[in-house]
Amino acid sequence: MRSAYTRTQISELARRSLVRTARQPAQVIPAITFPLFLFAINAAGLDSAAELPGFPAPDYLTWIIAVPFMQAGLFAVAGLGADLARDIETGFLDRLALTPLSRTGLVSGQMAGTIALGLVQGVIFLAIGLAAGATFDTGVAGVVVLLALEVAIVFAFGLIGITAAFRFGNGEAVQGLFPLLFVFLFLSTMALPADLIENGWFRAIAEHNPISFIFNGIRSLFYGGWDAAALVEAFGVAAIISAIFLPLAVRALNARVVRT
Amino acid sequence: MSARNRSVALAVAWRGLHRFFHDPTMVIPSMMFPLFFFAAFAGGLSNVANVPGFDFPENYTTFQFVFVLIQASAFGGVFTGFAIARDFESGFGRRMMLAAPNRRALLAGYTLVATGRAVFIWILLTAIALAVGMEVGGSLAELVAMYSLALLINTTALMWAAGIALRFRSLQAGPLMQTPVFLIIFIAPVYVPLNLLTGWVKTAASVNPITAIIEAARDFISGVSADLALAYGVAIGMLVFFGVWALRGLAKAEAAGG
Repeated sequence: MRSAYTRTQISELARRSLVRTARQPAQVIPAITFPLFLFAINAAGLDSAAELPGFPAPDYLTWIIAVPFMQAGLFAVAGLGADLARDIETGFLDRLALTPLSRTGLVSGQMAGTIALGLVQGVIFLAIGLAAGATFDTGVAGVVVLLALEVAIVFAFGLIGITAAFRFGNGEAVQGLFPLLFVFLFLSTMALPADLIENGWFRAIAEHNPISFIFNGIRSLFYGGWDAAALVEAFGVAAIISAIFLPLAVRALNARVVRT
Repeated sequence: MSARNRSVALAVAWRGLHRFFHDPTMVIPSMMFPLFFFAAFAGGLSNVANVPGFDFPENYTTFQFVFVLIQASAFGGVFTGFAIARDFESGFGRRMMLAAPNRRALLAGYTLVATGRAVFIWILLTAIALAVGMEVGGSLAELVAMYSLALLINTTALMWAAGIALRFRSLQAGPLMQTPVFLIIFIAPVYVPLNLLTGWVKTAASVNPITAIIEAARDFISGVSADLALAYGVAIGMLVFFGVWALRGLAKAEAAGG
């Protein structure tokens, strides 16, 4: 009885999250167009990098198509965090906290809109990547795994945004995380494989950057056939980030409710 | 410029630079972003210099230094436009307009702010680039020519952003100031010379005025003869165009009462 009641509350929160995301073109449009713009610039600007000896992908387009999928995670941080910060600023969260809804349910219910947006981003990025000429070696099953990985990435990074929103309580501070995460993105194997990065310090950071593992997982679906190890690592990184930030988000929520 | 106007311009410049250097939320991102782009591009992509046909005479650090120098100069101008929008949003711009006998002196003051910010970033960026092995093949005169192109871009970007800021008089116009500059800077030969670009980016970069400036600046730093007339013609042409745009924005702000 109680679980059915909780399910109803979570689904209501999820529905609100979906509707709110769909009604914010200012959030949805940049989350799709900005990654595609960078993809287009990088694919054409660095096309000749595929001529480097030892470059693993068949062409640079197939290599760089992984980046928009990862950027969706960064937009999840900014979008979800800003939405939640607004709920805090308007007092909606306080009213929600008065209900018997579990804290975990409250956190996860907020994710629905961002996850749906992540799926839409994934489908669009894949369609445009394939239309532009990227190869995709793993077929229909690969598409399913790619979209599942996209959901895992968006969920994991969305939790970072939620934690920041609960902790700071204002949208400006959450937006400030976006450039910081961009640094992580650039200091990875985003543009070149680790073997082809000449600078030792950069290669060392890129090799150990968790985002590089996610890139490996995404890229394994595009070329070279199934690579279970790369996929396990990519899903593993997303799971570890989620495992760290879900309790942190719940703890930050509890602290905020106590303060209120 | 009369002594009174000079005093107004210097007062605006002093205030803007004082705020810039005393506010960590302004000075740190202004320093970090160019350095970060420089580290990410020059550090992470240096192997791109080994691509067949990559004919830049100095190393890849030098190649990327020039791009980041131009980019940082442009964004120094845009971020000063943010300061103008903030001043007018808070009502301070209106008070400055009441106090200034010739309001163009305000624009001159903001130009000095943008220049001061750009010079600060240039010193930092150049010192770090030299420390990490940037090669310089150009003479002192060629380096002066390169920095003067960067200064023209800085002032042009400021004029563009000031035109927006003075029309909207709100920080909400920030994306409108920033996004076109971001787009035009990146639709240029960022990672490789123009001859190695392919597809639509090559077509777009070929007609992008910023390409002529970046290529000339790269020629200057490497001591190769540059197309002076084209680079300076484009840079001065853009400055005049956006200078008129900013002055018309100032007139609109005056008409609206600041």
